[in-house]
Amino acid sequence: MRSSGQTTGTRASTGLKVAAAAGLAFLHLPLLLIFLYAFTTEEKSYQFPPPGLTFKWFAVAWARDDIWAAISLSAQVAAVSTLIAMLLGTLAAGAVARSRFFGRETVSLLIILPIALPGIITGIALRSAFSLAEIPFSFWTIVLGHATFCVVVVYNNAVARLRRASGSLIEASMDLGADGFQTFRLVILPNLATALLAGGMLAFALSFDEVIVTTFTAGQQSTLPIWMLTELVRPRQRPVTNVVAVFVIAVTFIPILAAYYLTREGQHSGGEGK
Amino acid sequence: MADAALTSNAVERGGGGLRRFSDVLVTRPRLLLLILLAPPLVWLGVVYLGSLFALLLQSFFSIDEFSGLIQHEFTLKTYGELLQPANLDIILRTVTMAACVTLASAAIAFPIAYYAARYARGRWKALFYLAVMLPLWSSYLVRVYSWKLILAKEGILNWVFAELHLTWLLDVLLALPVIGGPSLSISYIGTFLVFLYIWLPFMILPIQASLERVPGSLIEASGDLGATPRQAFATVILPLALPGIVAGSIFTFSLTLGDYIIPQIVGSSRLFIGQAVYTHQGTAGNIPLAAAFTVVPIVIMGFYLWGAKKLGAFNAL
Amino acid sequence: MPLDRAGGEGAAVTSDSAVTSEPTAAAVAVRFQKVARHFGEVRAVDAVDLAIRAGEFFALLGPSGSGKTTCLRLVAGFEQPDAGHIEIFGETVEGVPAYRRNVNTVFQDYALFPHMTVLDNVAYALRIRGLGKAERHDKARRALALVRLEGYDDRRPVQLSGGQRQRVALARALVGEPKVLLLDEPLGALDLKLREQMQVELKELQQRLGITFVFVTHDQGEALSMSDRLAVFNEGRIMQVGTPEEIYDAPRNRFVAGFVGSSNVLEPQVADALCGTRGLCSLRPERVRLLAPGEAAAPEEVVAEGRVTSLQFHGATRRLAVALPATTLTGTTLHVTLSSALGLPPQAGATVRLAWPRSAMHAMDDV
Repeated sequence: MRSSGQTTGTRASTGLKVAAAAGLAFLHLPLLLIFLYAFTTEEKSYQFPPPGLTFKWFAVAWARDDIWAAISLSAQVAAVSTLIAMLLGTLAAGAVARSRFFGRETVSLLIILPIALPGIITGIALRSAFSLAEIPFSFWTIVLGHATFCVVVVYNNAVARLRRASGSLIEASMDLGADGFQTFRLVILPNLATALLAGGMLAFALSFDEVIVTTFTAGQQSTLPIWMLTELVRPRQRPVTNVVAVFVIAVTFIPILAAYYLTREGQHSGGEGK
Repeated sequence: MADAALTSNAVERGGGGLRRFSDVLVTRPRLLLLILLAPPLVWLGVVYLGSLFALLLQSFFSIDEFSGLIQHEFTLKTYGELLQPANLDIILRTVTMAACVTLASAAIAFPIAYYAARYARGRWKALFYLAVMLPLWSSYLVRVYSWKLILAKEGILNWVFAELHLTWLLDVLLALPVIGGPSLSISYIGTFLVFLYIWLPFMILPIQASLERVPGSLIEASGDLGATPRQAFATVILPLALPGIVAGSIFTFSLTLGDYIIPQIVGSSRLFIGQAVYTHQGTAGNIPLAAAFTVVPIVIMGFYLWGAKKLGAFNAL
Repeated sequence: MPLDRAGGEGAAVTSDSAVTSEPTAAAVAVRFQKVARHFGEVRAVDAVDLAIRAGEFFALLGPSGSGKTTCLRLVAGFEQPDAGHIEIFGETVEGVPAYRRNVNTVFQDYALFPHMTVLDNVAYALRIRGLGKAERHDKARRALALVRLEGYDDRRPVQLSGGQRQRVALARALVGEPKVLLLDEPLGALDLKLREQMQVELKELQQRLGITFVFVTHDQGEALSMSDRLAVFNEGRIMQVGTPEEIYDAPRNRFVAGFVGSSNVLEPQVADALCGTRGLCSLRPERVRLLAPGEAAAPEEVVAEGRVTSLQFHGATRRLAVALPATTLTGTTLHVTLSSALGLPPQAGATVRLAWPRSAMHAMDDV
């Protein structure tokens, strides 16, 4: 005997639909506003509706040296951190994906930990360590932090791909005469390539956008997010901050979208849990 | 035929250096494993675990008030400082906010997750996934910043209220003790809204995942056995979605406990734990106190996880 | 007529190792001596002795987990033995990695490289050896012609059907002219018609090439129809080695009798009561015939009387279960397979008289 109104799997109630739609709108509206405010003529406040629209702030932002310096530092840190993360992440994935060994779960946990624990813990931990070891702040202190939590992003993608690939591929290659190195070059790497690329792009975006840990490891240096944070606390030219925000959205969003498409065949990429 | 088979080799001998190195690795899988695992483990062990250890160690040191230098001697004095009323206030404030954010985000996330899990099919499902992940993937700082725009006195939210002639409602809200303030962007209400916005995807995804694991046939069965939709919801769906809700709550709770940026950008000048940590390790260089403050959320989350496990929230996983 | 022990070419039968027919004239392609392989507590392969002759089509038959696949992998080089000695054409291969062995495998899931075309897949072994592109592509095409898959050179594996992939896997394994070809349940994923077709083709291919084929299967029909000799595995040990006829007609123990075809297993007391024979015996259901009322049995036949408890029609045959009622034989059911062409079967519950030649009963080890 079916209760009235029970229509599982066919259509949701209007109330549910409205609630779901409202929730999604809530998620996306604020970003659209950022775009809008990049064009406003009003410099001193966040007036809505904007009194006028202009492109001039893009030119102003282009001319500012401090922004370029911050972009440059962010890009360099992201590039180096991504490379280190790709190396370490691939090695770890190679070990974990196909073998069963004592402590395997622990290794997985250790790799995930830097990103699972709140950033402030990682940040203050690194700060404590630098203080104890008397290491001064530098480019490398930032990279140290970034590479550590970027490893998991590459690792997840690599493990997912390695697990999906048939285990007998490696055996087949060896069976036909290829030693370990030839097999890696001719069989493993080609199959892993897009996953590594996706992982690398995600790592880059993650590092470029990172601010929570970076403020603890940067000292006086300014990555782009740190620049933005300073502006938010003490704004100079608000629309310029918006222009930079638009830029950051583009630089972080595009690689992530690309990575999603690269690894889409049934797998969720390592983009969650940022 | 037999002779021909015997003359050429069944086994290849010799070969170049690389091939022979491969022999070693292939016949000794443990060695290969070691080579693969050593670099990442050494890095993570030294850099990450080492840092965590340094954090713990620092929390047991103290700072000398006069010289401003850190005394590398074991003491509980720094933890004692946490018990000062001002610091206890900070902790209490943060925990309360975390709890409120968790509850509210669970309430808002549930309909979205429910719809996505039960009614979205095929293309819509992928679209939903993207729609939830997109904000997550875009810059955290940018998203926080967007709320500063929204909540500003002259910003869009005030404008909407003004257009709807509901400014009086806003004033009432802002006049509320404790959570109110001079404007939305300088009040707990504002901070709450931003936290809610930022952590929402972290709550939606686990709930959706656990709801997807509920087979439709269970709900039909409960209906078949005479339950009303409300009863089915309360007795079948909600308990099965609970692991997802708990997982999401772990994210929202711990992330709120540790955040120092959101309260700084949207909020009153009263500090949260994260800000306390940030401030103390900054110019003051009082790393021990910062470390001690950081241990608090760790301990709280430890209890939270333990409690959740005890209540069997992870059993369905 | 005296009952035979399960034969072969006359070799010692020890209590815990299988019958090994020692080849005399032909070369031994693969030799196992007391080979063992453990996985923790599990003894996947337990003191196995085996000698596969050059040029023969040899099947490793057994249920899952019996160790047959592990033995194949030991030959291929994907596993190393924990104990014992393995030789391939007289050369020791313990400690030798798979890529140094001139032995190739056709995998159960074919394991074709998804990122390479069919031609590149087949030419892979030659590429590793350093052959030039023109030469290796030429040889690859010839290998594909051998397995009757021309014209698919530039396709990717994902675009092929199961049967086509299997041929590619076969061509890929053969192109390097291996000394031994290993096949790991290669026909399992194919549908019935395709499987039967491939059985014939594989047999023809092997006879044409003269390469030693070692073939793992759990399908006893397949093993019986394709192999020159086979080994029956159970729980890591070889139960019996012999030609298909030997295995079928003269199973060595209960397991082989039950696994290969179906058989009546006559306990010692039952055999004794029926015809005075000592020991455990097997009797194939199709060797039993129904005596017409009043018909006398031949002098070399054993007779028994019983009641039909069940009757099943199986198209070409009918299967009867007959309960033997005499006091010492209570509880024994004899299975009888009759050709459907023999006319109307008895009804269930009817009393029948059965007869079979004494020589059809084979003595088995009571293990």
